[in-house]
Amino acid sequence: MNMATDFEPIIRLSAYIGGGIAMGLGAVGAAIGEGYTAAEANMAVSRNPKISGDIFKNMLVGQAVAESASIFALVIAILLLFLETPSAGELKAAALFGAGLCMGFGAIGSGVGSGFPGGNACSGISRQPAATSRLTTNMLIGSAVCQTPAIFSMVVALMLIFMDFGKAPTFPTWAALIGAGVSTGLAAIGSGYGGGLAAGASCEGIARQPESVGNVTTIMLVGQAVAQTPSIFGLLVSFVLLFKSFPESTALSASMALLAAGLSTGFGGIGPGIGNGMAAEGAVRWVARNTEHAGDLMRTMLVGQAVSQSTAIYAMVISLILIFVV
Amino acid sequence: MAIEGADLVKAAAFIGAGLSMGLGAIGPGVGEGMVAAKACEAIGKNPREAGLLTRTMLVGQAVSESTGIYSLVIALLLLFVV
Repeated sequence: MNMATDFEPIIRLSAYIGGGIAMGLGAVGAAIGEGYTAAEANMAVSRNPKISGDIFKNMLVGQAVAESASIFALVIAILLLFLETPSAGELKAAALFGAGLCMGFGAIGSGVGSGFPGGNACSGISRQPAATSRLTTNMLIGSAVCQTPAIFSMVVALMLIFMDFGKAPTFPTWAALIGAGVSTGLAAIGSGYGGGLAAGASCEGIARQPESVGNVTTIMLVGQAVAQTPSIFGLLVSFVLLFKSFPESTALSASMALLAAGLSTGFGGIGPGIGNGMAAEGAVRWVARNTEHAGDLMRTMLVGQAVSQSTAIYAMVISLILIFVV
Repeated sequence: MAIEGADLVKAAAFIGAGLSMGLGAIGPGVGEGMVAAKACEAIGKNPREAGLLTRTMLVGQAVSESTGIYSLVIALLLLFVV
């Protein structure tokens, strides 16, 4: 194996490609989300120009939170570009590429989603200036929860960058590392976007009925928590792929099973995450309009979300079969 | 590493299973969420019919779920039968 000790060029190659993917895809979500916030802020200022200062302040705070997803991507991209990897094995190349995929995909949903509470809080302030501080607080809580899928992605990306894979067999561990990145990254898209839908509806609802703030914030948090579960499934599959040791096998099928495990939970989390967010959006919006029936609405929301969640669970089951059974 | 025919077929079946279940889960997830959102809206407008609306929501979601179950069946067929 002496001839194959110098893996530095291939590691640099995949680190650069990974860094490009991380920042390129990572910029998509935050830019769209902040654009939505700014568009709503403009509408709000035209509706109520007298409080344009408050609206402007709220817009900037909301955009700053939405920006954090792409700042995570920037951090990972800079690490991938400039981190030295002395004496790392060839598996590091797969790990760094996986880290880039994970952070790039993972920042999309959170960036777009955080834009909704920001925008709806701005238009709420123009309608109901007395509720400004409640709206800003609720916006911050809601958009902070939206960031969790991006934070999961950053955690997995950092683990892929800094963990030592020196002793693991190259085949099929390379596929496990890329699968780990894809699983958390893709699954974060739906959860981030869905959490944003719920948070946006809660800001709109509080502006409509400021005294409903307690009920609205509670049901928003419950709905967002359920909407996060697909990204937690993604994180779980990533951890299994990162920490399980796989027996050496040069068969293509052994590698492809691990890559497919990541793809299944990753793609499978997108739909349920968005769907759970839609269900929470509907429930939050109508709790604000009809506070007495918050109990009925919460129950229907949870039942609907549970059904919507089922396909994410199927996807996780297929992933676990691919990892542990076949 | 030498790739043999049987190995290649198995590899393709695994990737197919992962993509089948992964992509197949997107539609039902979004669709069922829409159903639940509209059910919540309808209960907000007309809370007395909450029971009927929840039942209708569940029937609609069950139909929407079917494509997800097709994906699951195809994935399991690819993993264990083909």
